[in-house]
Amino acid sequence: MANGIIERAAKLTPAPFARKIKGLSDRAIAWIFITPTIIILLAVNIFPLIWTIWLSFTNFKANRPNADVKWIGLRNYERILTDSDIWLTMQATAHFLIWTLVLQVLIGFALAWLINQKFKGNDLWTTIIVLPMMLSPAVVGNFWTFLYQPQIGLFNYVFAFLTQSDPTSFSMIGDVALAPWSIVIVDTWMWTPFVMLICLAGLRSIPDYIYEAAECDRASKWRQFWTITVPMVLPFLMLAVLFRGIENFKMFDLVVQLTGGGPGSTTELTSINLKREAFEKWRTGYSSAYAIILFVTVFGLASIYVKALNKVKER
Amino acid sequence: MKLKRLTTAISAACVAATLAPIAHADDLTLCWAAWDPANALIELSKDFEGKSGHNMSFEFVPWPNFADRMLNELNSGGKLCDLMIGDSQWIGLGAEAGHYIKLNDFFDANNISMGDFIPATVTGYSEWPKGTPNYWALPAFGDVVGWTYRKDWFNRADLKSEFKGKYGRELDVPNSLAELKDIAEFFQGREIDGKTVYGAAIYTERGSEGITMGVTNALYNFGFEYNNPNKPYDLDGFVNSDGAVAGLEYYKALYDCCTPPGSSDWYMSENIDAYKSGQVALQMNFAFIWPGVHADSNVGGDKSGYFPNPAGPGGHFAQLGGQGISVVSYSDSKDAALEYIKWFAQPEIQKQWWELGGYSALRAVVEDPGFASSQPYAQTFLDSMAIVKDFWAEPSYASLLLPMQDRVHKYVIAGEGTAKEALDALVDDWTEVFEDEGKL
Repeated sequence: MANGIIERAAKLTPAPFARKIKGLSDRAIAWIFITPTIIILLAVNIFPLIWTIWLSFTNFKANRPNADVKWIGLRNYERILTDSDIWLTMQATAHFLIWTLVLQVLIGFALAWLINQKFKGNDLWTTIIVLPMMLSPAVVGNFWTFLYQPQIGLFNYVFAFLTQSDPTSFSMIGDVALAPWSIVIVDTWMWTPFVMLICLAGLRSIPDYIYEAAECDRASKWRQFWTITVPMVLPFLMLAVLFRGIENFKMFDLVVQLTGGGPGSTTELTSINLKREAFEKWRTGYSSAYAIILFVTVFGLASIYVKALNKVKER
Repeated sequence: MKLKRLTTAISAACVAATLAPIAHADDLTLCWAAWDPANALIELSKDFEGKSGHNMSFEFVPWPNFADRMLNELNSGGKLCDLMIGDSQWIGLGAEAGHYIKLNDFFDANNISMGDFIPATVTGYSEWPKGTPNYWALPAFGDVVGWTYRKDWFNRADLKSEFKGKYGRELDVPNSLAELKDIAEFFQGREIDGKTVYGAAIYTERGSEGITMGVTNALYNFGFEYNNPNKPYDLDGFVNSDGAVAGLEYYKALYDCCTPPGSSDWYMSENIDAYKSGQVALQMNFAFIWPGVHADSNVGGDKSGYFPNPAGPGGHFAQLGGQGISVVSYSDSKDAALEYIKWFAQPEIQKQWWELGGYSALRAVVEDPGFASSQPYAQTFLDSMAIVKDFWAEPSYASLLLPMQDRVHKYVIAGEGTAKEALDALVDDWTEVFEDEGKL
């Protein structure tokens, strides 16, 4: 079969081209095919990365292209790592990342488990649940700012109704203590369906005969859940955590629309902070160093996580 | 033969008639913020199109994104805008980075004198370096932060007597910032016509320039200075002086006591909405909104009044707004753009500009005997323009603005640290910027 394909490919190769490549080794032909891809990768990935690394050691400002560019060594890195404000944005990012992942995994898995039970209207509920993730983050951010409005917002109204308090007594996006939770709630609302879908795929991939065997062994539902369902869904769950983790580490649009990073800098995540440094203050050298630090952090954490994921899959 | 000649002549005339305007007509794009005065300018510019034959297009960007969008355009050498009505603080960058063309020779050649414009607008919108006769823009739109108040509420007999009983003076336009806070406090949470109303809508926005444009109205009047008047870029003791600290504390106290719930990120449009919907008794905002307030069916006419930013213990100032109009150096239609500026500078056009709702900065217009009574807010505009002060207009203005936004928002809205700590940190931030610029 394979030989047949090769022969057909050889016949389809235009004669002038066939003459040119005749006598070339397989390795040489392979290089011919992958060279354009490598050139594009070098141009759009590797070169900008090297350029960014170089810029991170300078005082370059992109809005002053004619100004002298000075080599300032590690000064940008030193400034970033000793800047307490940057550490505050890191804390805000960590708070957002951890809580969104925890809530999305718990709620997403629970929803997937419920949807996986056969019941009437199952498909309709699935469609309704996945609706939020189909919306644009800008739209979601905008309408949640209205929902969070103390005077007219539905969120405050419902909360006040349930607790018999004054709806204007708290402001989700204006209060330092509540604002970090306001963005966690919206991201969880929007992206839990994504985790649910991945978990659902995992649940549906478990063959029924495993549960049947467990039933024969008189394993309780609780034991089946912990010894069959959870271990077999775990790789899917970890994959969902990886996707959501990377996405939320670079979260920008939703939070900008909701809080703009405020109040103060309570919800200023690293991506928002980096954008302000790079494209509002135009500290290109400084923000390049900042980007490199973030890149190394994400790359390091993601590598460790992927190794753990592979180990789980091998079990 | 005659017919052939006639046909040829008619054809030639048609071609000439068609080509003549094309040979001189340019497509000009004017870039500005998306707000009411921009619509007035579209209307005004029809006269220019008719007289010059050039076609005008407009690129208007909402205020929160205006600086981002337009500075990116300028920094990338974009050709989108031939004319830019850029914010006053951009003038340093526009001049030093070569985004704007210098207009001195053009002004001289066309008898346009900067002496004909309100001096504060020339310094604020046109000059770089400040205080030198180097002009990069023509003052286009005079603007300043002032206050709007609910005159109908102030005139209620029951409220007047209650206020007098509580504060020992008439419920009237405040003469000081302290009085303004009393009034805002008086109205906060009060029931008027069955609705809960609040004291004041003030600038608290964090993302662009909002809270800075608001807080400076308190800072200036308590003694804040950008730097040592005798030693440029000497910040310590001026930015964080005792007066400045008191000014910042005042603004926080005003925010804490007297603003509507959820107003932690408000700027021009949110303040307008709050005022027009009857939520607040007082509104801080730029003067450009006054024609819209006056015409509003809910709060317009006699229901609203206007007053300049009140004095504080350290002086009497108001934050300058407004813009000058510049020719972008990357434009392919610079000559046509200059024609527009020449047309715009004419006294009769400036007069029409004021009539359409644009705040002319031409002295012939604002010093006209009939000007002060031409609109209910005209005198307040004049009084306010006489006390203006502006933010840094350095080329690194954005790098100076953002730390101020951050530090002030953290203290005023988030309640982090003290006013002194916030201003000390601002001194450090600004010092770092000036060190990077090689000015320290």
